[in-house]
Amino acid sequence: MRTFLTAAALAAFVALAPAAAQAADDFTLTIKDHKFTPSELKVPANKRVAITVVNSDDTPEEFESNSLKVEKVIPGGSKATVRIGPLKPGRYDFFGEFHEDTAKGVVIAE
Amino acid sequence: MLGALIIVFREVIEAGLIIGIVMAATRGVIGRGRWIAIGVCAGILGAGVVALFAGAISQAFEGAGQELFNATVLGVAVVMLMWHNAWMARHGREIAAEMRQIGSEVSEGAKPLTALAVVVGLAVLREGSEVVLFLYGIFAQGTSGLSLLSGGVLGIVAGAAFTALTYAGLLAIPQRYIFSVTSWLIALLAAGMAAQSAQFLYNAGVIDRMGETVWDTSWLLSEKSLFGQLMHTLIGYVSQPTALQIVAYIGTLAAMYVLMRIARYRPEARPVRV
Repeated sequence: MRTFLTAAALAAFVALAPAAAQAADDFTLTIKDHKFTPSELKVPANKRVAITVVNSDDTPEEFESNSLKVEKVIPGGSKATVRIGPLKPGRYDFFGEFHEDTAKGVVIAE
Repeated sequence: MLGALIIVFREVIEAGLIIGIVMAATRGVIGRGRWIAIGVCAGILGAGVVALFAGAISQAFEGAGQELFNATVLGVAVVMLMWHNAWMARHGREIAAEMRQIGSEVSEGAKPLTALAVVVGLAVLREGSEVVLFLYGIFAQGTSGLSLLSGGVLGIVAGAAFTALTYAGLLAIPQRYIFSVTSWLIALLAAGMAAQSAQFLYNAGVIDRMGETVWDTSWLLSEKSLFGQLMHTLIGYVSQPTALQIVAYIGTLAAMYVLMRIARYRPEARPVRV
C-alpha cells in the first residue's frame, strides 16, 4: 500500500511539475525612457514563451497585460522574466502601467 | 498630474472596495474599527517594506519570486475569507438577533475580526506597494515631480472617498439582509482572488496545465475600463479567463458553500429521535 502511495505521489508530482524542457527561445523587451523596444514582438503561437524585460530606466515600471495575463513590477535598472502563453495566433497588447501614455507595445503570436 | 491621480486612484480603490465590504460585514461588532485600522496600518507598513525589497523579491526563486509572493498573499486572503464566512454561517443569526434586541452594538464576534484584519492588511499591502513604487518613481524623476506627486496624493484621497462611498452604499441594505449580502460578496471576492492566485502560480511555472484561454468577452467589458476593473476586484471578472482560472473560481465557490453548510450544521438544534 505504501509503495502504491509513494508511486501515486511521484506520479502526481511528475504530472504537476513544470515541464523542464521549456522553450529556450529568447525574447527580450527593453524599457528605455518609458518606451518599449521593440514595440512589436513576434513570438510563436501555441507554446509557452519566456520574455526577459529589461528596465534600463532608473524608475520602476509595471509590465501589465490583460490579454497576456501578466502583471509584474520591474524595479529600475533591473530585469525580470515573464512567462506567457500558450497563445492563439493574434495580437496581444501590453503596457507599462506607471507610464501608460508612452509605454505601449504588442506581442504578435504566429 | 491627472495621469498620476488616475493610476493611484485605481490602485487604491481595489483595496478600498475590500475594506468597504469588510466594514459592512462587521457592522455593529465592537472593536472592528480598531482591527480594521490595525489592518490598514500594517498593510501600509508592509507595502513600504515590499516596495523597498521589490528587487530582491523579483530575483528570488529564479525570478519567480514576485509571482509566488502575490500567489501566497492572495491565497492567505482566500483562506481568511473562507474562515470568516464559515464563522458567520455559524454565529450570524445570533449576532443579528442580538443586534435587534440591544441596538447596534454587539459584544460577540471578536473572532473573525482578526481574519478580516489580515485580509484588509494584505489588500493594502498588495496595492499599496505598487503605489509606493510609482510615487518613488515620480520622486526619482525630479523635475515635474511636485505636480505628479500632488496628483498621487489626490488619488489616495479620492480612493479613500470611494471606500467610504462603498461602505455607505452597503449600509443602505436593510439590517436583516446585510449578513447574507456580505457573505455573498465575500464568497465572490474570495473566488476572484483564488483565480488570480492560480494565474500567478501558472506564471511562476508552478502549475503548467490549463493555461489556454477559454473565452473572450473583452469586446463587452475590458478590465482596463473603470467598471471592468471594479468588477474584476468585486466578483473576479476576467475578460479572457483560462481553464485554470475558471476551475479555481468555481472550486473556491464550491468549497466555500460546503464549508458554510458544515459550519451551520448543529446536531443539538435538531429534534432527537431515539
